[in-house]
Amino acid sequence: MYLSPSISNIVRMSDSSKNLGWNIIFSAWLIALIASLGSLFFSEVMLFPPCVFCWYQRICMYPLVFIFLAGLFPLDRNVVKYSLPLAGIGWLISIYHNLLSFGIIPESAAPCVQGVSCATVYIKWLGFITIPILSFTAFSMIIALLIFLKRKIPNE
Amino acid sequence: MNKKSLIVFSTLFLLIAFAGGAYLYKKSEKERLTFLAHKDFSVFVPEHAPRMGDKNAKIYLIEFLDPECESCRMMYPYVKDMMSAYQGKIQLVIRYAPFHGNSKFAVKILEASRKQGKYWETLEIMFRYQPQWGDHHHPRPELLWTLLPQVGLDVEQIKKDMNDPAIEALIEHDIRDLQTLEVRRTPSFFVDGLPLERFGPQHLRDLIDSVLNSQQ
Repeated sequence: MYLSPSISNIVRMSDSSKNLGWNIIFSAWLIALIASLGSLFFSEVMLFPPCVFCWYQRICMYPLVFIFLAGLFPLDRNVVKYSLPLAGIGWLISIYHNLLSFGIIPESAAPCVQGVSCATVYIKWLGFITIPILSFTAFSMIIALLIFLKRKIPNE
Repeated sequence: MNKKSLIVFSTLFLLIAFAGGAYLYKKSEKERLTFLAHKDFSVFVPEHAPRMGDKNAKIYLIEFLDPECESCRMMYPYVKDMMSAYQGKIQLVIRYAPFHGNSKFAVKILEASRKQGKYWETLEIMFRYQPQWGDHHHPRPELLWTLLPQVGLDVEQIKKDMNDPAIEALIEHDIRDLQTLEVRRTPSFFVDGLPLERFGPQHLRDLIDSVLNSQQ
């Protein structure tokens, strides 16, 4: 009988690592979903215009919701391979965006479209939590979970 | 809980939280605007703002607009129709939300045209030819100079008047107010202190009707 690589992975995983793997991907999915809905709340409900960097980060975040979901049914460890590049690119963009919003990189060095400045700070919860910080946190948590999954459940 | 229902439950929970949050946010925004309207109505209708319609009309239709914005152009004929349909009942108040690259330039010309008594004509011609001068990929604001004589404006006088510091101050005033009112899109409408929540001519008419009815 022919087994695709992902199916053979599933077969070889023990029950406990299966559960652990499922919980990790589920957590990553939850973070991606919260981040996606949160960003939509900012733009569609609170009407903050998203700047270009927000869009680039959204491009990386939104698909993760569906990729992780696909990786859960049936549980597929290969989901790391498909999601890590997106999460990594999103993470890098969010670092750059944070440097801009903290004024470490001057705004003139940033390719922003007219009207919406990427350095504009719309929210500042508890004095330091800005939208780019939320994005950075979400990408970091997702990457940490994916690396953890990769280490804990190696490709046999 | 089985895995599929965990996913369904989480998704539903987050979607409900989203909708609930949106509802609460809109409600608190409305309350904040009502509060502002009672506290200091000049944040909606300052002395300097251009007005159209009967001076004794009790209800204000406040529009934050940008001469370079396409939706403002699209809405303008409807707003004009409403002004005649509700003649004597509402006053239109124009505020500026200069969100585009050449908005301030256009607003300065527009404000300078007030001195020659051609404000509405100038606004209309700016909207009519907006696709030419205000194209976002190839803006050609200099084309405005060729349009102004069409409504009988003295262009040389406009060039002098538009650099009046009072006009700059007026634009800054409007920008401050739009930040206070958290206006982030153009056009943004308010009827007295109430925001237009769903965009469109019919929704605007409904809002005006509801304010008119509540005042009778």
